[in-house]
Amino acid sequence: MRDIYERLLKTFSLGELIEQRPDLAFITVPQAQLQDVLIRLRDREGFTHLVLLTAVDWIEDNQFQLTYLLSNREAAVDLGLRVMIPRDEPVMSSIHIIWPTAATYQRELKEMFGIDFLDSPGIDEPFILEGWSDIPPYRRDFDTKKYAEETYSNRPWRETLDPQEHMKKQLYPDGT
Amino acid sequence: MAYQPDRSQYPQRRVDGRLDIDLASGKYLKLWHGPQHPGITGNMSVELTLCGDEIVDAKTHVGYLHRGFEKLMERRTFIQCFPIVCRVCVPEPDFNEYCYAAAVEELAGIECPERARWIRTLILEMGRINSYLMYLGGQSGAFGMGVIGQWTTYIRDLMLDRFEELTGARIYHMFILPGGVRDGLPEGFEQRMEETLRELESTMKDVRDVLFHNAVFKKRSVGVGVIDPAWLEPYGVTGPNARAAGVAKDVRIDQPYLVYPELSYEAIVGKDSDIYTRADVRYRDLLQSVDLIRQILARMPHEGPVMAKLPNVLHWKIPQGETYIRGECSRGEYGYYVVTDGSGYPRRINVRGPSYTHAVALLEHMIINQNISDVAGLMVSLHTYPPEVER
Repeated sequence: MRDIYERLLKTFSLGELIEQRPDLAFITVPQAQLQDVLIRLRDREGFTHLVLLTAVDWIEDNQFQLTYLLSNREAAVDLGLRVMIPRDEPVMSSIHIIWPTAATYQRELKEMFGIDFLDSPGIDEPFILEGWSDIPPYRRDFDTKKYAEETYSNRPWRETLDPQEHMKKQLYPDGT
Repeated sequence: MAYQPDRSQYPQRRVDGRLDIDLASGKYLKLWHGPQHPGITGNMSVELTLCGDEIVDAKTHVGYLHRGFEKLMERRTFIQCFPIVCRVCVPEPDFNEYCYAAAVEELAGIECPERARWIRTLILEMGRINSYLMYLGGQSGAFGMGVIGQWTTYIRDLMLDRFEELTGARIYHMFILPGGVRDGLPEGFEQRMEETLRELESTMKDVRDVLFHNAVFKKRSVGVGVIDPAWLEPYGVTGPNARAAGVAKDVRIDQPYLVYPELSYEAIVGKDSDIYTRADVRYRDLLQSVDLIRQILARMPHEGPVMAKLPNVLHWKIPQGETYIRGECSRGEYGYYVVTDGSGYPRRINVRGPSYTHAVALLEHMIINQNISDVAGLMVSLHTYPPEVER
């Protein structure tokens, strides 16, 4: 994994390599260089499989972390690319040209985190939520409990009947 | 010659991704396939645009099932997440438990005892069998053969008996925990498992005769719904769907975990990549799991601890870090991406279900030019499962 990192460093300005396991590492990539790094990894380093694309909300640092996890099946190694983007202006370039399946991930991230991916197909179409007007629900400052209390009312408790008494009333309503 | 969707005869897409068609012209028709349709998987629906009986465009709507699991887990301690993770996937809930438990173990530096690793492998293979049984019933049901669904449900019930015996629960087991498993095998389990496997094999012979040698099934599935091998990487296709296209993608072999390296088996591949081949690959996979269970039961240790020593889970804090644990479930690559921030709660958990890629991007791509009558069988043949998409 270190040799891939060294090769990438010759062209790109990357963050530190974090080796989680011998077959899994993470690198922080500048926002502007992500597409070039992804294409390089796919075409020259054998990372042809986009495993997932997701976001982490680091609200205390006012940043979103986007994680692009790539896999090289031949070498049996995974590489996670981390891109930090500002939380108050979350805009990112789309990678649906590189992997068409990324459009689905990007659609979900727009809905759940409010991260906009420029020119991603169908990015504004609702994926799971419809008619949502609150802040994106996967952000850390979205309070699920408060939302549930405000949106839904508590159901009254059901009346519990004693089966013996109930049947007696049903069968002998006049009490005989 | 591999099937290639041809959009040239159809209207082009506008910038916003929608088709440039005039529904009022009467040439095209919008039709919702599902969610209340016997040939749809779960609560999904597909919004079809038709020209005659041919599909011009499709959009997957994932539905309203379980929502916000990942968010719910951020508000629970690590151990409290188990009732949620197993509910992400009903047919094989143990898979989620394994991936999540293994991710927590890795981040917390816990070593799983050897005996627990064998029991985990046994449970995962039992879960795969359950999932394939549900699939076979659904696939034949999509073509109108309800009897096979009844047979596979009967066998699945026997498998659930074994699960109940082992874990105390039928569907959601919560048996695999960080550090190992809850208990060892009960007395006489091996023998009863063998009886169940024999019953399963006997029923599978009937399934082979009635489903795979069925002229109607062959006519409706051979050459239909072909996945081009060139689509596998762009669309993230994994598991039996990829193996039916001739690519031996199997996480158990590519990046082995648990005791899989000690078992003897090979990835099952198909050639034609159509609905029939995908069903055949899954059928053979099911029988392979039977063989793997026999190997595990014959070789697993019967002495030793099944659970590592854990800190008090009520006050458990896990150091900052992130990891991804993957495995091969019956539908393909399944994985958990877990991020921790040093507190007692997970910072972020992302579930990578194989249906996420198969049911949305791949389905919308491969369904173009297909006939409306094949949609049900085609969708089931991808073996998708909605809760993996809308975790």
